[in-house]
Amino acid sequence: MNPVNYLYLSALLFTIGASGVLIRRNAIVLFMCVELMLNASNLALVTFSRLHGNLDGQIIAFFTMVVAAAEVVVGLAIIVSIFRSRHSASVDDSNLMKL
Amino acid sequence: MTSTGEAVQFWIIAVLAVGGALGMLLTKKAVHSALCLAATMMALAVCYFAQGAVFLGVVQIVVYTGAIMMLFLFVLMLVGVTSADSLKEQLKGQRIAAVLCGLGFGVLLIAGIANAKLSTFAGLAEANAEGNVQGLARLLFTDYVWAFELTGALLITAAIGAMVLTHREHVRAPLTQRQLAAQRVKDNIQLPPLPAPGVYARHNAVDIPALLPDGTISEDSVMNTLRERGQIRDVSRDMLDRMAELEASTADWLGRAPSARPPVTGPRKALETTPKTKPEQEEQA
Amino acid sequence: MNSLIPLLVAAPLLGATLLLLGGRLFDRYGHWLGTALAATSFGLGLALFSDMLGRDAEHRSVSQYLYTWIEVGDFKADVAFQLDQLSVTFVLLITGVGTLIHIYSMGYMAHDPRRRRFFAYLNLFLAAMLLLVLADNYLLLYAGWEGVGLASYLLIGFWQHKPSAAVAAKKAFLVNRVGDLGLSIAIMLMFVEFGDFTFSGVFGAADQASEGKLTAIALMLLLAACGKSAQVPLQSWLGDAMEGPTPVSALIHAATMVTAGVYLITRSSVIFNLAPDAQTVVVVVGAVTLLFGAIVGCAKDDIKKALAGSTMSQIGYMVLAAGLGPIGYAFAIMHLVTHGFFKAGLFLGAGSVMHGMNDEVNMRHYGGLRKYMPVTFVTFGLGYLAIIGFPGLSGFFSKDQIIEAAFAKGGTEGWILGVCTLVGAAVTAFYMTRVMLLTFFGEKRWQTDDEGHEPHPHESPAVMTLPMVVLAFGSVFAGGLFAWNESFVDWLEPVTGLAHGDSPLNATTVTLLTSVCVLAGVLLSWLMYGRSSVPVVPPVGSLLTRAARRDLLQDDFNHAVLVRPGSALAASLVYLDSKAVDGFVNGLAAAIGGISGRLRRIQTGYVRTYALSMFGGTLVLVATTLLMRSV
Repeated sequence: MNPVNYLYLSALLFTIGASGVLIRRNAIVLFMCVELMLNASNLALVTFSRLHGNLDGQIIAFFTMVVAAAEVVVGLAIIVSIFRSRHSASVDDSNLMKL
Repeated sequence: MTSTGEAVQFWIIAVLAVGGALGMLLTKKAVHSALCLAATMMALAVCYFAQGAVFLGVVQIVVYTGAIMMLFLFVLMLVGVTSADSLKEQLKGQRIAAVLCGLGFGVLLIAGIANAKLSTFAGLAEANAEGNVQGLARLLFTDYVWAFELTGALLITAAIGAMVLTHREHVRAPLTQRQLAAQRVKDNIQLPPLPAPGVYARHNAVDIPALLPDGTISEDSVMNTLRERGQIRDVSRDMLDRMAELEASTADWLGRAPSARPPVTGPRKALETTPKTKPEQEEQA
Repeated sequence: MNSLIPLLVAAPLLGATLLLLGGRLFDRYGHWLGTALAATSFGLGLALFSDMLGRDAEHRSVSQYLYTWIEVGDFKADVAFQLDQLSVTFVLLITGVGTLIHIYSMGYMAHDPRRRRFFAYLNLFLAAMLLLVLADNYLLLYAGWEGVGLASYLLIGFWQHKPSAAVAAKKAFLVNRVGDLGLSIAIMLMFVEFGDFTFSGVFGAADQASEGKLTAIALMLLLAACGKSAQVPLQSWLGDAMEGPTPVSALIHAATMVTAGVYLITRSSVIFNLAPDAQTVVVVVGAVTLLFGAIVGCAKDDIKKALAGSTMSQIGYMVLAAGLGPIGYAFAIMHLVTHGFFKAGLFLGAGSVMHGMNDEVNMRHYGGLRKYMPVTFVTFGLGYLAIIGFPGLSGFFSKDQIIEAAFAKGGTEGWILGVCTLVGAAVTAFYMTRVMLLTFFGEKRWQTDDEGHEPHPHESPAVMTLPMVVLAFGSVFAGGLFAWNESFVDWLEPVTGLAHGDSPLNATTVTLLTSVCVLAGVLLSWLMYGRSSVPVVPPVGSLLTRAARRDLLQDDFNHAVLVRPGSALAASLVYLDSKAVDGFVNGLAAAIGGISGRLRRIQTGYVRTYALSMFGGTLVLVATTLLMRSV
């Protein structure tokens, strides 16, 4: 088996994650989809690391995880505070900017 | 090329990962989505192991699946069961456009990868010679030390940000038990305890509301969650029917005139299954 | 001693500042403060004058640098003062007459609730006028020039509750702006041509400049002079300016400010001497105004407007003299000073008469006042004799010299100018005699005023008559003093230069001719107004009289030639603006509004729509990149 298959898997997962962001309305699920996209890119990075024979790809993947953690913390805090004031976790309900 | 063992492992793992991803995308309840995502992440961790990224694999399991996904579950718990997503699309054309875009994007990505010249894989044997963790540490604390420091700052900022976002000032001093009790009397809402469910106990019976003296059900006797899930079984109707039957036979047996009470027709009060929003209670929670 | 020069300006400026900013604090003593500071300035002027007399002619001109005002690249303007024979003459006239009129105003404005403000404006005027005559460069002169314009505007409109006064103030301001434009253009031309606008710099380099450019500068300066000194064609404001309080008319619109144009021409003598064409224009303007003002003065029944016509005419004499070149400058200034005395005296007398007659200004409602106002009658009479050129009095010497100089111009030009000035002298005698006869002689034609008050003519208080007496002394003796041994001409010679033309007539002949003309004017006037009784309601009069009552149709001319086309132009521009410009702008706005109204539907407010558009964009980018790579 050619390790390129890992890249195909990564592309597939990324696409599923992106479609999820567009389709799902629950803000928490939306966040999960974003996490899935980040994970897919991590897989690609790890595969590239193997391709090039050095560890830089893994380092970047590591940083991605750290940033993802920070993002999740802030994002979930925002969701909680929105839920408190609007009693809904649906992103479609937060549409005060609409004309 | 990889070993046959890795190939077999890959195909199993790939199916699991894609299945988990699709499950996350398609299940209705957020909790199920979270569990599906956790499965995908575990599968990815295995992929990392297979590709020689031992440290990342462990981090993926411990931090990602262990910490971040649990954080998701905590928030789900906070937000509550009502956060179930109805899968009915409300934006016109959004779903079709999303699927088209997703398909197009996937095709493009795969085509791009297929066209790339990636025939030779160097492998990590050399890079991991002194151990994967040591190799990563060497890079992290030399070439990437500045970025590493920055991520520290980022994490602290994120932590403070989360606290600021979720923190609420007490505008006035919180009410004491005594004040709450006094307020309850003053408002005159349900002073005694709520009625107990399961008057006609046929099993554990928390899902069967109590009946009021006039035969209607007492909504307060069942918990909100069950009500919102629509899991209450209204047995008042058969009970009343049976009661009427009994009354009739009794009258017959005693030779008295049947009761002047009109026969009961239909449920007298529909069960309310829409979530009740009680802002004051939410605030106090 | 020279360091005192800035104080000349500073003293009245301090007064104006204190009185304007001090508010009610100075309501009770403000007039004393204003008068004291004016007198201080006069005292300083006298001290500087005596200091100057102590030096010989070459060293009399001194300058005092104060600070650098503006410095940008080559452009450098200093606040620096120059005190020479010409300046000091003006300083003494301005502060002297100014102080007298301050004193007079204390009586005249005693009952005005805004007296403090009045004295503040008077002090402001003194400061600006002194700045004008003391400046050592044109830019600083311009500052003073605008300052006197402002003070004049404020004082004409002092009784702003009267619509006529407010309109007159605005008119004076606007007409003066036309002249000011000329001065500013002249300064710009100087800077372009010489890179400098100090007097010394410009005059030093003037002989290298081409005559065309000098003529242009001179004509612009003349335009400025016309505006400020009420010369044809910018004379229309002076008659209306009489709406201001009478002391203002005496100080600003008779004795000092209106002579600023003559000062400007005399000061710029170097430029004018090198531009003969411009000098010809100056002479023509002077001659026309001299006759114009005199004719207007004959027809007016309003005593102040008659005197205003006379002022215009007398300044016409000065401008004419200044246009004659070195043969006339000194006489122009001499006439200016003597005129300052007798015209201020006449105006103060008129004010005194009005004071006693319930502010009546129509001379046809006066008559026989000499018995009731003896001091006013005598001082006014001396002013009258001075202005018509009664032998031995001030006007006789100064006007006679101008007529002589006009003849001395030589050739046909000289004859025309000479005859004009002679006719002017005759007409002056006529209308001044008319004023005199209508006011002080004949039977009483007094009218009750609108509120039914009978006039009770009485002599004004001493605080008002004292300045009149002093000015009457000046009217009688100043001319003789100046003419004696040609002292005034010699005094000014270092500044203005001196030349003697060859007159076709000798001095005695001219004097005789003048006297005959004056006598003819007086006799004619006596025949018309002295011998027979004067009707209270003016007769219809000849065509010329009716035109003269309307300022020889000047306002009608301005209205037809300037105002109406201007209004039409403005109306057409408004039309263009509202139809074309606004149409375009509104159309553009409507188009953008319409497009936006349709475009805004893209903004649904749903996060997922935005995410979709971002994702779609990414898709397009990736597709494009791949396509470009594969091609």
